[in-house]
Parts: sequence; structure tokens; C-alpha cells
Amino acid sequence: MIKLNVNGTVHTLDIDNDIPLLWVLREQLGLTGTKYSCGIGNCGSCTVHINGEAVRACVIPVSSLDSSKQIVTIEALSEDNRHPLQQAWKKLDVPQCGYCQSGMLMSAAALLNKIPRPSDEDIDANITNICRCGTFNRVRQGIHLAADINKRGRT
Amino acid sequence: MKKEIINVSRRDFLITTGKAGAGMSLGFYLSGCRENISNEAPTSLMAAATEKLAQVPEVNAWVVIQPDDTVIIRIARSEMGQGTLTGLAQMVAEELECDWSKVTTEYPTPGQNIARDNVWRDFATGGSFGIRGSHQYVRKGGAVARHMLLEAAAEQWGVEMAECKVANSVITHVPSGRTITYGNVAAAAAELFPPEQIELKDPKDWQLIGKPVHRLDTDDKLNGKQIFAADLTLPDMLNASIKACPVFGGKLKTFDETKVSNMPGVRKVVAVHDDAVAVVADTWWQAKKALDALPITWSKGPNTNVNSASIDKMLDEGLTSKENVFVGNQIGDVSKALEGAAKVVEATYRYPFQNHATMEPMNATALWTKDKCEVWCPTQNGTASLHAAADAAGLPVSQCDVYKIHLGGGFGRRGAFQDYVKQVVAIAKQLPGIPVKLLWTREEDMAHGHYHPITKCKMRGGLDDKGNLTGLHVRISGQSILAAVNPGWMTNGADMFTFQGMLPKGDHSISYTVPNLLVDHAMRNPPVPPGFWRGVNINQNAIYMESFIDELAHAAGKDPLTFRQKLMVKHPEGLAVLNAVAEQAGWGKPAEKGVYRGLSVCKAFASHIAACAEVSVNEKGKLKIHRIVAATDPGYAVNPQQIEAQVEGSFVYGLSALLYGECTIKDGAVEQSNFHDYGSMRINEMPKVEVIVMPSGGFWGGVGEPTIAVAAPAVLNAIFAATGKRIRHFPLQGTNLLAS
Ligand code: FES
Ligand code: FES
Repeated sequence: MIKLNVNGTVHTLDIDNDIPLLWVLREQLGLTGTKYSCGIGNCGSCTVHINGEAVRACVIPVSSLDSSKQIVTIEALSEDNRHPLQQAWKKLDVPQCGYCQSGMLMSAAALLNKIPRPSDEDIDANITNICRCGTFNRVRQGIHLAADINKRGRT
Repeated sequence: MKKEIINVSRRDFLITTGKAGAGMSLGFYLSGCRENISNEAPTSLMAAATEKLAQVPEVNAWVVIQPDDTVIIRIARSEMGQGTLTGLAQMVAEELECDWSKVTTEYPTPGQNIARDNVWRDFATGGSFGIRGSHQYVRKGGAVARHMLLEAAAEQWGVEMAECKVANSVITHVPSGRTITYGNVAAAAAELFPPEQIELKDPKDWQLIGKPVHRLDTDDKLNGKQIFAADLTLPDMLNASIKACPVFGGKLKTFDETKVSNMPGVRKVVAVHDDAVAVVADTWWQAKKALDALPITWSKGPNTNVNSASIDKMLDEGLTSKENVFVGNQIGDVSKALEGAAKVVEATYRYPFQNHATMEPMNATALWTKDKCEVWCPTQNGTASLHAAADAAGLPVSQCDVYKIHLGGGFGRRGAFQDYVKQVVAIAKQLPGIPVKLLWTREEDMAHGHYHPITKCKMRGGLDDKGNLTGLHVRISGQSILAAVNPGWMTNGADMFTFQGMLPKGDHSISYTVPNLLVDHAMRNPPVPPGFWRGVNINQNAIYMESFIDELAHAAGKDPLTFRQKLMVKHPEGLAVLNAVAEQAGWGKPAEKGVYRGLSVCKAFASHIAACAEVSVNEKGKLKIHRIVAATDPGYAVNPQQIEAQVEGSFVYGLSALLYGECTIKDGAVEQSNFHDYGSMRINEMPKVEVIVMPSGGFWGGVGEPTIAVAAPAVLNAIFAATGKRIRHFPLQGTNLLAS
């Protein structure tokens, strides 16, 4: 039995130890917002948060997790699409096909947690996700805009 | 362009009037009401979807209006990120005069299209055709619906229709000031006959076309709600993982299912056609794990000695051969011109195989019974999917249907090629009555693409003593896409697509006037399946042409801009985009220290595009692309901000190809297996992109692909300006940019 804390709910699951977190999220918990693309930790499509840090769920065996680790997926980035990044993404029409965007948003959210006003260099160093549609420039703008929205929200 | 008067075919109407309702597409239904669907019995999924939502009659095939004024616009083409869904809806809504804030969309199914005598016409989404290929009939669809809605209101009021006008879904009887909304007359309008003739607006009166409105499909992409085909779950669905013989042309020999049949979740191990094997299990992870453990032997077939070096040799032979050579463009006498030239410049280029690498790997879901087959899939061509499904199912098309589920990228991989559809149906057929989802691994996707064709190109150009281009011979040697994919489209054995960007006329005509010109193709087809890859043959042809024009300018001692301008006098639209980028980039003025510029220009998919790239190469040979100025003239610009997005995205796709894109062949199989050895650009490599959208009107050009053509050559010409080194083999990865 494995206990996982996902989006604030603790799930007790009778599953093999070696299943990557990605497939537990997608196939056991029905959280299909987290995407499979490479399965080797290279592309970032499967990015989720564990204790606020961006991680690639396709290469994390569930055996390395327990209920003390807070896992957050795209479905819980906000309750109402009002996370500053979601607002910025909407304003700028960032997604094209959208397949990489859950991962992009989760990577960007973790970056903003760490660095509330990231520079372009911070973005280059932290956002290493692949987007084959090519949304990078709007992703960059979106992160800066979300940082602004965040700041306005606080003051 | 003036107002267009369009005859409304009686057929469109008689067939379309009345009966079918909203929510006919299960794709729409699933993304909207996913929870509900999983409570339905799988055998009645299609019926359930239709019945549930078929309460409102359509006004016509394109438009359904609900009592609350929600406007559902039907879209036949596939949205795969390129924004066509929003653009097409804008065009219908422009003529419909409806409230844009109440517009939603749905996909009709290809089966319904056939049942209704092709009322939605072409479902194929490729060749940057989504909008330019359907602008007239979708606008007509909106205009006809508007007419019927107005007529219904006039009838209800007992007034002349000419006294009524409409804006934003509100119909007003002008003399009395009475108003009524579309939602209140839609049911009555559905009973009317369409007008015999309808007038389309003059483009100068467009309100919505040309506006940078937001996409209609963003919200669900921000919170994980968007269901991509790979995310689909049906009740009692099983999951399959597949492996096909890695060697092209090889077959499946044996597999030992006893080794895996006791593994958790495994339901069945099945042969798929004659070249693949799949494990079907409760979950996909279980299926994949069992497939990894499954002992398989292959009959590798005739291609085990094919490798990149042998293919290169085959192409090299074609560079000078007279065998199997086809002419694409010929003017004057090029041999004589080259003989008489003061200077002859010669260079040979090579462009590799490349994988589409959509972020969402190939996948599809099927439910087969002996009298019905349904498929849910990400497809650029629903009709092709339907035929593939029927074929594999052994059922008539009328007993099959396909539901288009959102695509995680297409790029040409999911149109002409329906391999994944055929496979899933072959699997589902072995599990009658049970829905099966097949999802490829990335490794399978890399091994079984339909690759960007491989070609080499030998260019020979002659200059007179004043540095004018007097003759040009372009010899392409390499693969034909059509020979492998669609021989029916060939012209007397020639693949005219091979000449894109160098043709005498049409959507892909050459941008230069050369007095003596010969463009020919030695067709050499290695046994690696080629495909339409976003941009198709314009990608390599623009690199060949635009790099070589730069080489010629350099040899002539001329500035690359003025050298081009002189050859483009008779190509004013091309010249205009070239001049626009040169001006905005500051061509002729010094760039930042260490930064160099390169130009390129091209006509592709009927649009005119140009780019100016700024790059630097440091002392270690590391390339940085700082800035790109890009101009595009697509004739009409339906949604300028989405055009900008497509132009930016095209640079990512085109520059990823230039920097990293190569599939090499060893022992008849592709060597690359995932993104670690088939790289794609990341945000840290992304230049600033300034987009100039300059629609000149009077024609409809594509948007999703053309810019890819100018991405690589602009950067290559800038690298030459920076280093003096001309790069002729791609990708750049592993090339020393400095050593000469
Ligand atoms: S799917 Fe996990 S990093 Fe690519
Ligand atoms: S939006 Fe399509 S891959 Fe990023």
C-alpha cells in the first residue's frame, strides 16, 4: 500500500512500487492534465510540484514518495483559473496545441514561488520544457506578466 | 476584392435543413461533459451523444443557435494549435453577425459528412489550407444562416425583411424599433429554405475578420481539463502498447506471450498486421512493462544493410545522373549560360531525415463489434481516419465513424498517415465490444515516423563580368514524398512538390527572375518512409536557394539585399516583405558589436515571407541567435495575433530542425530514440522575434507553415556574415562553426 498526498487529498493505493508517479496520476487518479511525452525526464510535459518544487513525474517512482510529500498537479494550480500565470496565459493566448502547457505552467509556477520577479536569465535557467508548437516568447512574456499581476495583487 | 455573390446550391440545403441538432460531435461532447460519458454503455456512445444534445435544430450545417443565444459554429478542419478553429469561427461569425462572446465550436464527424453528402466538404487539415481552402464556403454558411434568421424574424413580425437589420445577434425592425435575438428565431429559421443567392461582404466592411480576437480554446488548456486523444477514457477501456519491427520493411516473426501473460493487468498479447505486436492490459503502464519484457523476434527483411552512408551515396549519384530525372522549371539555356559565364559558383547542400515529434505521441482509441467500428483519435484528416478505420475493421464506411479528439500537435504527421488508426482497429478487432486505447511510446514514435524527406542539392550559378546572375542550375537529388504517399498526385512520373519554392508559377513559385534556369530532380527513394512535414519541401529548398543566392552575391561582390532586390523586380509582393524586414532590422546600418545579419525571402503556400536574423558566434564557435525580424503577406490576415503566434512558432520548429533535427539510419532502422538524441530548441535559445503582418489583399495565403522556410536560411546567412564559413550540411549540432 502506498499513501500519496495529491492536491490535498491522501490516497491509499494498492499498486506496484516501480510505477512512475506520472502513470499513477493519469491512470489511477484520473488526473490526465499531467502529460506523457518522453518518459525519460527530458521534455517537462509531466511537470508537477512536490513540496513546491517542480519535478518530472515520469521519472519518479511512487516508492520514493509518501503522504508527507505534497504533490500538486495542474488541476490544482488554482480553483478557478485565476492563478496569475493562468490569467497571464489567457491574456496573451499563450497555448497553441496546449499539450506542453500543463508542464510549462507548473514549471513557471515553481519558478515564481522561488523567484517572484524572475529575470530573463532566471527563466532561461529554470524553464527547460520542450514546446514543439513554439510558444516560448509568449511563455516568457506570460511569466513576466504573472509576476506583475502577483505584485499588484499584494500591494 | 469586391462583394461576392454566391449561388447557394439547393443540395446544401435540402440535405441540411432541419433535422440534425447540436452536440453532434462526440469530441465536443467529451470535452464538455466528460463525467457523463463514462456512465454510458460503450456501444451506444455515439447515439447517446447525439440524442442528449440534439434538442435544438440547426439553422444550417454550419450554425446552431440555442435559445440562450449561444452560437455553435461547426468546424470541419482540425485544430492542432495553429488557431484554425478560431479563425474559421471568425469567418462564419463575420457573415452571421452574431455576438462573438457567445460563440462556441464543435466538430462534425466525417461519418456525418458522408451521410450528408459532404456538406462540410474537406476535413483535411494540412498544406496551410485550413482557412485559405475554405474561406468562401464557411463565410457563405454564415451569410445563409443570417439571411434565414432575418427572414424568420420578419415573418414573425409580419414585416418586410428589407426593413430588418442585425448586429450582435440582435435583429431590429428599423421602422418600429422592435428587437428580437437570434436565439428566439433560430427554431423558426431552421424550417425555412435558404436563399437562392447570397452576397458576401466586401473585405473592407469586415468587422471581425482581421481582428486580433482571443482564441476560443484556451481556458481548458490552462487547468488540465482539455482532453487530448491520449487522455481519453471510456468505460471498461483497455490500454495497449505496441512495438513494430524497427527495421523498415521488416515483419513480425514470433513472440512468446507465455512470458508475460501472468504479469499484472495483462489481458492479451496480439499480433498487429504482419509487422507489429501489442500488449493489451488494464493500464497503459502495465501494457508497456509487459511489452518491454516480451520476447519478440523479427524477420528483418531486405533493408538491414541500409544506412546513412549508403543513402548518401545513392543521393550523390543522383547529383550528376541523367537517369530518372524530372524537370520542374526551365527557362532559356542554362548550359550555354554557364559556359559563357565570367564566373561559375558551385555548391552542394544536404538536408536530413527529420521526425515530426509532436508532443503528444501517436495514439487512438477504437471500439469494434461485428457490425460497427468507432474510433476516437487525434487526426488532421477525419475522412482519411474514417477510411483507414473502415479498411482495418473490414466494415463498410457507413458502419464506422471517427470522433476527432484534440491533437497535441500535428505538423503533417496525422493527416495522410493513419498507421496508428489502422493499428488500433486491428487490435480492437481482436477484443470485440471492448474499447481499446493504443498509445505509442516516444521511442516508437521516433522509430516509426514518416520523415521529412532526405535530399541533396547541387547548385551551379553563372555570373557575368558585372556580377549579374545569368544562369542557375538547381539539381535536387533525393526522396519524393508523393511516390511513397500519394502516387496519384504525380505528373507523368514527376513529383512536382519536390520543386516547392522553385516552380514557374503557383503557390510555391520562385521569387527571382533568372534569365537561364533549370531546376530538376533526380528521384532517389531510399526505403525510409517520407512524409509531409510542416513546411514540406519548402524547408530544404529555401535553404538551398537562399543560401546559394547569398553565395552568389558574395562571389559577385554585392550586398545580399541589393543582389536580391535586382532579381525581384518582377516579384513585387516578395520584394515588399524583403524590404520590410531589411528596413525594420536596420540592414545597412551597423548591428551591435559582434552581431551579424542574414536575409532570406520566399513564397510558400501562396504567402510571401521574409526574415532577417541577427546572430553572433563566439570565439568557441557557440552560436547565439539574438533577434529575428519576420514579415508575412498572407493576402488576408484573419487574426493578426494568431498569425504572430504562428510566425514565432515556425521559428521554433524551423530552427529546432536547423540546430538539432536529424534521424540517422543504421541497419535499416532509425538510430534516434527520444528527445535526448533528437533535440528540440528550448526557451534559452529562443531569439526575440518581431513580426510584421502586412496583408496586401486579393489572395489567400497560408500561415502555419510558410515562415519555417525562411527561418534556417536567414540564420545560416547571418552565420556566414559572422564567420565567413558557409554551412551546407544540417543540422548544425556537432558542426564547428568557426573552422573553415
Ligand atoms: S514526459 Fe516526463 S519529462 Fe517528458
Ligand atoms: S503548445 Fe503545443 S507543444 Fe507547446
